[in-house]
Amino acid sequence: MDKILGTINGMEFTVGDTLLELSYLIAALLFVVGLKLLSHPETARRGNMWAASGMGLAMITTLLLHKDANGAGISLTNVWIILCAIGVGAAIGWIVARKVKMTAMPQLVSLYNATGGGASMLVALLEYPAAVAGNIGSLLVTVLGLIIGAIAFSGSLIAFGKLDGRVGDIMKPFMTYLNLVLLIATLAMGVYIVISPNPPSEMLWAIYALTALSLVYGVMFVMPIGGADMPVVISLLNSFTGIAAAMAGFIYNNQAMILGGILVGAAGMILTLLMCKAMNRSLLNVIIGAFGGGGATGDKDQGVMKEITLSDASVLLSYSQQVVIVPGYGLAAAQAQHVCRELDELLSSKGVNVRYAIHPVAGRMPGHMNVLLAEADVPYGQLVEMESINPDMPGTDVTVVIGANDVVNPAALTDPSSPIAGMPIIKAHESKNIIVMKRGRGKGYAGIENELFFDDKTRLLFGNAKDSLQSLVNEIKSL
Amino acid sequence: MEQILQFFFTYKEAIFIIALSIFLGIEVISNVPSVLHTPLMSGANAISGVIIIGGIILVGHADLSTFSLNLVLGILALIFGTLNVVGGFAVTDRMLEMFKKKKK
Repeated sequence: MDKILGTINGMEFTVGDTLLELSYLIAALLFVVGLKLLSHPETARRGNMWAASGMGLAMITTLLLHKDANGAGISLTNVWIILCAIGVGAAIGWIVARKVKMTAMPQLVSLYNATGGGASMLVALLEYPAAVAGNIGSLLVTVLGLIIGAIAFSGSLIAFGKLDGRVGDIMKPFMTYLNLVLLIATLAMGVYIVISPNPPSEMLWAIYALTALSLVYGVMFVMPIGGADMPVVISLLNSFTGIAAAMAGFIYNNQAMILGGILVGAAGMILTLLMCKAMNRSLLNVIIGAFGGGGATGDKDQGVMKEITLSDASVLLSYSQQVVIVPGYGLAAAQAQHVCRELDELLSSKGVNVRYAIHPVAGRMPGHMNVLLAEADVPYGQLVEMESINPDMPGTDVTVVIGANDVVNPAALTDPSSPIAGMPIIKAHESKNIIVMKRGRGKGYAGIENELFFDDKTRLLFGNAKDSLQSLVNEIKSL
Repeated sequence: MEQILQFFFTYKEAIFIIALSIFLGIEVISNVPSVLHTPLMSGANAISGVIIIGGIILVGHADLSTFSLNLVLGILALIFGTLNVVGGFAVTDRMLEMFKKKKK
């Protein structure tokens, strides 16, 4: 089947080569269509399948048809090794993806992003010795693939650690400068490797040093970035992984890799900016101006938090007309989405209009709350976005804040010195009554006090969100 | 200046692909409802696992006559890439499964 069809620019091309390129074109188109379908609720699942089948197609044809510069195909022993490696990766990836709890989803995306970045880093590192000194183009893509892949790898691992609660926020004032120095050193080393006239075999020390520098920079880059900004960071690192893959695509002059990588790079970047916009902050501000406990922790007298008993809360809720539930990370952490849905149904059966106010960055990932509530079968129409619900807040009888904090903190609107100043919030403080379910008296993820909790209209229900909701449901049933 | 022009000419196809892909990427995901931000990010993440093609090429043409650290790293790259692809698509599908159910 691998008949030579003719020559183009002195290069022979065969049926196999043509089929391979054709399959890359189809794969690239499937990525585009898949991503497009992924952005609509009805077609999203199909889109994911299309993109996955594109990936499968490109993998199979590469394995069967790819030839090196001398025209040699992939030998059978190599094919077996590849299949074994893919088998191991696929088994682990599949099992973990199926078994993990919904609440651990953000960590998992971050972890898989790390592996993608790591793969790009390794490919660039291993292809470097084959590069030719003086060929600026190929050296440039190799070095960029290495730097970006390494940063995505170590950065995503730290993001994973933070979301999983294994790594804390470390922010010292000198770190901004240290990071700047590290970044400059990394880039300088990269430039040096690209323009050096020495052959790669004599530059191996430099490429290893560059790998180490990039890995360290990835760690230091994510380390000071605090809680509320983690979704933005994951999205940014996701974009990096795409760009790194595209750079590796240039090494092999592989259009499917280039297009797929750049597509993800651009989409990820836009998603990152959309998220920044939702928090009313610039990307630069997110990266260098990490949240801290400083400034506005409040010298003013905060007053006291007032608790509410279960029976009072159940009566208040049962005799309301308009109830808005504001879910946050506490809901996810306590796995309370199902019992939350139970409360919602119970109240609805009593004629209460229950809606959910979804802040764009509630939880640890954009859309985190939507995924969770969808798991608990909450109908689509009950989830209302922040902009649409805010005008209705003054007419709301009771707002139930479940494990959310920063997204309802009025300081974002009133206190310009607050670390979250300017971030749009759900205006829970405008409703007639507020019930806050909270584990303890501690601060939110941004590490700042929330004056809403001290408001005269606010009553607190301390405890794990799932337990509190369950007791509340039982209480309402017994009314 | 001449070098820059030369660079552009040598890599003109690649530069075309980059420029158009950027617009495509932006265009394709604009107007996405925030409900879908997480699955979309996860799906895009799986597509970035396209680096696995590089891994296949790398290991596919690796010299097997001697055992080398490079071969081990290449296989590691393949495993990493597969984790990204298979895990990424599987997680995305699991998230979207839940949207499906409650549509009726």
